[in-house]
Formats: sequence, structure tokens, C-alpha cells
Amino acid sequence: MGDLLTTVVVVVLGVGGLLAVLGGLYWLTKLLPGRWTERGRVFVFLFPALFLMIIGLVVPALRTIYTSFLDNNGKKFIGFDNYTEIFNTPNTRLTVINSLTWVLLGTVITVVVGLTIARFADGMRGEKTAKSLIFIPGAISLVGAGIIWRFVYAGPPVKVGLLNAITNAIPGLPVSMGGDGQRNWLIERGFGPLNPPESAPGFNSFLLIVIFIWASTGFATVVFSAAMKGVPDSLVEAARVDGATRRQAFYKVTLPYIRATIVTVATTTTIAGLKAFDIVAATTGGNFGTSTIANEFYRVYFVQSRSGFGSALAVLIFILVVPVVVINRRAQARAEEMMGA
Amino acid sequence: MSDVTAPVGEPMGRSVSAALTSRVGKWMVYLLVILWTIPTFGTLISSFRPEIDVKTTGWWTFFKDPNFTLNNYQRVLSSSPGEDNMGHFFLNSVRITVPATILSVGIALFAAYAFSWMKFKGRDWLFVAVISLLMVPLQMALVPLLRLFTGGAHIGSVTIFPDLGLANTIPAVWIAHICFGLPFCIFILYNFVSRLPSEIIEAARVDGAGHLTVFIKLIVPLSVPAIASLCIFQFMYIWNDYLVGKVFGGAGENVPVVAKLAEVSGTRGQSYHLLTASGMIAMIVPICVFFALQRYFVRGLLAGAVKG
Repeated sequence: MGDLLTTVVVVVLGVGGLLAVLGGLYWLTKLLPGRWTERGRVFVFLFPALFLMIIGLVVPALRTIYTSFLDNNGKKFIGFDNYTEIFNTPNTRLTVINSLTWVLLGTVITVVVGLTIARFADGMRGEKTAKSLIFIPGAISLVGAGIIWRFVYAGPPVKVGLLNAITNAIPGLPVSMGGDGQRNWLIERGFGPLNPPESAPGFNSFLLIVIFIWASTGFATVVFSAAMKGVPDSLVEAARVDGATRRQAFYKVTLPYIRATIVTVATTTTIAGLKAFDIVAATTGGNFGTSTIANEFYRVYFVQSRSGFGSALAVLIFILVVPVVVINRRAQARAEEMMGA
Repeated sequence: MSDVTAPVGEPMGRSVSAALTSRVGKWMVYLLVILWTIPTFGTLISSFRPEIDVKTTGWWTFFKDPNFTLNNYQRVLSSSPGEDNMGHFFLNSVRITVPATILSVGIALFAAYAFSWMKFKGRDWLFVAVISLLMVPLQMALVPLLRLFTGGAHIGSVTIFPDLGLANTIPAVWIAHICFGLPFCIFILYNFVSRLPSEIIEAARVDGAGHLTVFIKLIVPLSVPAIASLCIFQFMYIWNDYLVGKVFGGAGENVPVVAKLAEVSGTRGQSYHLLTASGMIAMIVPICVFFALQRYFVRGLLAGAVKG
């Protein structure tokens, strides 16, 4: 506990010192001539944030873009070679395909399940408890989520996996689908008749995506639920009076009304999917064809020390994030126009 | 699927939302809730089972043959040599998360005020630039920032940023989290602070209050709801982070509990009994924070996701 106390002292002194410096600078702006007083004050308010974002985000991001055009020693300019290598190396290409699968499946299923729960939990008995329980996985770290799911997917030599126990109990299930309860779910890539080639995502990747969906649904549900409660009752009622069934009212009134929210949740989930690293690292470590771009970035950069190639992978994540955000902004703007807001 | 008629005196809204709840849908929700809860529940049960049980039988056998022990927790919290003392890494997480949360929210609040209520040339484009930083993935900034901590920055022989010797220290993790979190924090706080009623703030300014006075006496107290929910959000985010803690905390004693958990999961992958207890230790804080402060946390989520 001794070093915890030291930390407290350091933090109090650090924060106090920072505030004292800023306060002092602010006071000094009084001494500046005329208009410069106001400019000085703007500077005092903005400087800490801008400084940290410049040294921590702007300059590093530009540097990474620059490094992505250099060889792995950071010496020679090699143009787009690192980028072409991403798509010419079968293993790396698979990580890109895996990531896109994460984004597509993960986002679509998260949004659909989230909407379903938000829709049917609304007004039901135990609504709060249900939503809290759905949310818990979202409060846990993705590393923790990976550990929790290892108990579901565990296979031989250990006999503790829940999924194996379930498939074992289903009579007549073929061995290729875990019928003997002896399947290594995270290692085997095929599943029943499904036999993906080396260049395509295996069934084990889908099992990792399940963890991602499990972890993201809570957030989606809570946000959708709040948005649905914001739909004016008069709108739904008017549709019902006009003879719409509850189902029709949901699809024709509620869903369009909360469109902007759906787009936002889809965007957030997509970006989280593109950055998927923790789940992969804590379960398969990216082996057995389950790696994603973010996981590959870590392996290439920190394990293999290939700075050029690693930088190109980081920039690739950025390149994939930008259009998602732009589409989000466009959809938001359109939704706002429709709502007359 | 029978229509529910509203009892006299009940607001109409209730009857509509109640009518929307169909029976099938309700059972679907119950089923999903069970599916969503089982994995965590199983891990919790496992963490209290003896090593031999955890390794040979599934956690559900606990109900047939209950053997309860605290040994797993004792082992992962002991500081005897050869054992990973998760307690130490748990405290690391506290030391990383609390200051990084306070500092990122505090610094962002100053910036949010400047963008909302101070007039200066280029304010709008500067704000747009800050918001576009939300798109920059962590991965792009990771290594160059780490380099800055290990060797400083130099152009030729001129040092433009000194080597502060921060690599693999807890302050390095703070700074990284603050840098990476600022665009989000500024965005959220700006949404709130800029919508405070301008009459109050302008009245105070006309009465001769300076920016600092307005900031301390008006902005901070009025923004408490936004500050609280953002703090909870940042706290959970930083506590649950793995990548930043691992990269900036190094491989030694300064990594947060989540990063240690991932490491243990790799090196002791088959020690299932220890993994469960370690996992629970890493999860307990965010789960408690979530349940205790649920309302504020959810409000924070909504501030980020729902415009309004």
C-alpha cells in the first residue's frame, strides 16, 4: 500500500502543479497589452489539450503514414510495397478478410439482437434487470470476455467446455460438428459440411465473432432502448388508429424514427470490430487462421519488429475507418433533415 | 397477442408500450438474457471450485457435487515467489485509471469551454480538426508515441523533445490514455457545455466576470451531470484497456491487471482454476462501478451515441 500512497501524493502534486501553472499563466495574461489578453486566455484554456493531441495523435499518426512507405528498417523509401504486400501475402490477406467478416457479421447481428431486445423488453416485467444482465458483458474487458468464453469453447485435453457438453448431448450430431464432445472449437476451422479453404475465415473465427457480439450487444440495447422511449407515443398511436398492426407500427414508425441512432450504433460497432485485438489475443492469439488486422498489426510490429509493414497495417485500419465515419455523418445529416431538427 | 386496454387514469403511453410487448418477444428476451448470462456465471462458479474439479469437470457439475473453496483467490493474491500476485496489478490499474480519468476529463473541460464560449480566429476549423482526430485509430499513434517516451524527439542533433525516461512507467500509460482519449472527451463535453443557456454565461460576462470565474463558478457546477457520466465512461474504458497498458506499461511490474490477465492467459493457459479467479479480480471493479452508477453510465453512453 506504500506505493499507492506515493502515487496519491504524486498525482495530487502533479494536478495541483498543473493547475497552479495554468492559473499563474492566466493571471499573467492581464499584463498583456489590449487584445492579447483575450488571446492569451484562449491559449491557456486550449494549450494542454492541443499540446497533448499534437504530440500524442497528430505527429504520431503522420509519422506512421511516413513509416508505412519505408522498409522494415525504416531506412529506404519503398513506395507502396508494404501495402501491396498486405494483399499479396496469403496469411495477411486472410486477416483483412477476417476483419471484414468481423465488421459485417458482428455489426449486423449486434444491431439486430440489440433492436430485438430493446423492442420486446420495453415495458415488460423485469425490463431493468434484463437490460442490466445483457449489459454486463459490455462492462467487462474484452480480455476478460475472452477468458470467460474459453470455458465455453474449451476442448481436449480438458473436459470443461460447455459447448462440447452441449453438442455431446445432442443425439445423432456428427463428429465433425462436435457430436463426440471432443472438439477443439478454437482450433478446428471446418464445421460439418462447411470446409473453408485456407484463404477464407474458418468456423473458429465465427466463434470469436460470437464473443464480440456478446460483448457489444449491451451497449446497442441500452442505446436503442433509450431511443425507442423517445419516440412520441402519439406517432405510434396514430399509426395504430390508422389500422397498422403493432408489427407494422414498429417497422414503419419506430425504426425510421430512430434511424440516426441505429446508424450511430452500427458505426461504433464497426469501428470496434476493425480494432478487434483483445478478444483474439486472449483466445487464439491469432493462430489457426483467426488473426485480424489489429492483431496482425501487433504481431508484426511488436513481435517481429517489422516497422514498415506494421505501419501499413495501422494505416489500413485508418483507411477503413474513414469511410465508415463519413457515411455515418451523411446518414446523420439526412436523418436530421427528415426530422426537421 | 391480446390487446391490453389501459386502465382508467393510466397515461396513454404505458398502454401503447405495454401493447407492443408480445408474448413471443418476451420469451425471446428471456432466452437471450439467459444465453448472455451463462458464460459469466459459469466462470464465476468455476473460480470457487477446487483445482482438480475445475480441470476435470464442467462448472455445471458444481450443482450436483458442490465443492467450495477460496484457494484459487488465495493463490492469485499471494505474493510468494513464482506466483503472479494479481493484487499488485489490480492496484496498478487503480493507479493508472484514476489519474488518467481525472486528467483527461479535466483538460477536455477547459478545451470544451474554449471551443464553446471563447471567441477567437479559426475556432471552428480547429474544432473540426479536433473532432476528426476521433477517426485516428490508436494503432497509428502507438509506436511513435512510445518512441517519444524512450528516446525523445530530435531533428538532426537538435533535441526538440527531451527523453523523459518514461518508457514502461505508469505516467507513460497516463499520458498515452489522456492523449488518445482527449478528442472523445472534448466532443462529449462540448456537446453539453455549448448548449448551456447563453443568457446566464453572457450575463456573467457582462457583469465583469472573467473566463476563469465563469468557468469555475458556472461551467463546472452546471456540467456536473456530463462530467460524472464521462468520468464513469472513461474509468471503465481505461480500466478495461489492454493494448495501451501492455505497450506503455512494458512487460514488467507496471502493467494494469487486464494486461496481466492476458499474459497469464497465454503463459498459464491450462491453469483454468487460476485464470477464473484472476479474471474475476480484473472484472469486479467495472461490474461494481456499472451497477452502482448504472444510471449515470447509461446517460454517458447516450450522450455519446444519441444526438439530442
